[in-house]
Amino acid sequence: MAIEIIRTVSIISGMGVLLAAVLTLAERFLLNYGICKIIINKDREIEVKGGNHLLGSLIQNDIFIPSACGGRGSCGLCKVKVLSGGGPLLPTETPYLTKEEQENNVRLSCQVKVREDIEIEIPEELFNIREYTTRVEKIEELTHDIKTLTLRFLNGEEMDFRPGQYVQIKVPKYGKNTEEVYRAYSIASSASRKDSIQLIIRRVPEGICTTYIFDYLKEGDLLDLNGAYGDFYLRDTDREIIYIAGGSGLAPIKSMLHQMEEEGISRKATFFFGCVGKRDLYYIDEMKAFEGKIPNFKFVPALSGAGENEGWDGETGLITEVVDRYIKDGSNMEAYLCGSPGMIDACIKVLYNKGVTDDRIFYDKF
Amino acid sequence: MEINPFVIFIASIFTGNVLLTNFLGMCSYLSISKDLKSSFGLGQAVIFVMTATTVLNYLVYKYILVPFDLEYLRFIVFIIVIAAFVQFVEMLLERFMPNLYYTLGIFLPLITVNCAILGVALFMVIREYNFLQSLAYGAGGGIGWTLAISALAAIRQKVDESRVPKGLQGAGFAMIVTGIMALAFIGFSGMLPIQ
Repeated sequence: MAIEIIRTVSIISGMGVLLAAVLTLAERFLLNYGICKIIINKDREIEVKGGNHLLGSLIQNDIFIPSACGGRGSCGLCKVKVLSGGGPLLPTETPYLTKEEQENNVRLSCQVKVREDIEIEIPEELFNIREYTTRVEKIEELTHDIKTLTLRFLNGEEMDFRPGQYVQIKVPKYGKNTEEVYRAYSIASSASRKDSIQLIIRRVPEGICTTYIFDYLKEGDLLDLNGAYGDFYLRDTDREIIYIAGGSGLAPIKSMLHQMEEEGISRKATFFFGCVGKRDLYYIDEMKAFEGKIPNFKFVPALSGAGENEGWDGETGLITEVVDRYIKDGSNMEAYLCGSPGMIDACIKVLYNKGVTDDRIFYDKF
Repeated sequence: MEINPFVIFIASIFTGNVLLTNFLGMCSYLSISKDLKSSFGLGQAVIFVMTATTVLNYLVYKYILVPFDLEYLRFIVFIIVIAAFVQFVEMLLERFMPNLYYTLGIFLPLITVNCAILGVALFMVIREYNFLQSLAYGAGGGIGWTLAISALAAIRQKVDESRVPKGLQGAGFAMIVTGIMALAFIGFSGMLPIQ
């Protein structure tokens, strides 16, 4: 009886061992792609271990492709042009690529695996995107739900960015948050100050990143970020400028205003800043001060829900109504918008009616 | 059991179709058959896996299980062999046919528990097939399964363009079509006896 049990068990186990051995060997030899070369823009060459996704392989070599979802294939931001060696287009990519992009070999770098030498093309400015470690120099409360962070780069490092661009903050694991996530915030400070940056952050109830910043982060802590990203920046034309921002959307506009002041740009400009109540307003004095420093600049704060007894003597109503009242003819205007998608879409409609054309409207939705 | 292997091969495709006469392997049959291309891809994988695992299982059964009187363990052994083989195929596909690998995606592991594949291995034992007969039965069974899923996918694609009553859309309609197809196939089952 005992012998029979032992014999049966050993025969079945023996088969299991054999199959496991075959699979292990197969894994080792079939899924081993050796060292592969990635050729970037025909002049840079990096060597990576094959078998991993392109996005991760590039990040390991300090080339940061913008990606909001962290490589899960759900945001469609990490597009790169793959000239050769990327394998066929995958069904997981097609929903994020237009027909034109597909014809031009644009791929999602988080889906493409590096299995052979691969040649890609990425915008030159991505080389400037790096990871930085910063120390939190100051956390200031601006309103009941908005804070500003001043972050100083460690080791005397500096960041080059265009006013209007954004960085991605790396939120570490904390409390109930079990994975690292990245969240994007626009830079509010002047681009001429390169050793530190300022961010304006509005609390999102239950938000992973804002909860971390509001409840966990203290002055003196270290914070990792990468950047700078984005093509929301002041275009070099002579047209009249309209800035429209709501809530924490003031950040990139503030950076642009610093730029106008420092570079002596005298284009006519109006900044419409929309908030709900008086308690939501911040940086009003700073913005008013720009009126003295930038010729032809006008600041128009507006409250949509100001109570009678709040003592508000400025504009009232939804920001779209205020813009509608102020602008007569938009045919020679250029608009920069930053705020929630709802606000931006509503403002764009108003701007269309005023004659501002599509190619002159730039926005940053969050 | 002196049936010509070629007869078994033809019979398992048409008159003894494992899907339409035994109703095995229904889950992937219903879920993948929305699209002809994927259906055919999955069908190819099933043909390959079914042929190979039937032969492997035949060898394991004849040279390991029977000599040691372990026939009663055939369920667990067959399942292990099929699972390991599918895993192996998955690696092969990832290496050499990445596009198919992504198209089949989560469905490839489903082949592991595709009852048609286990069913064919078990029928092979019950019907006491020899090596060549098993090979023919495995290959034929796979081709028959592919034929059935491709036929359904083609019909479903056509039906997509017509107006199907709301309550019947999707799986409901697929079931009805399957039933009618099964009737047609079973109607010929007496022509080629295979057991």
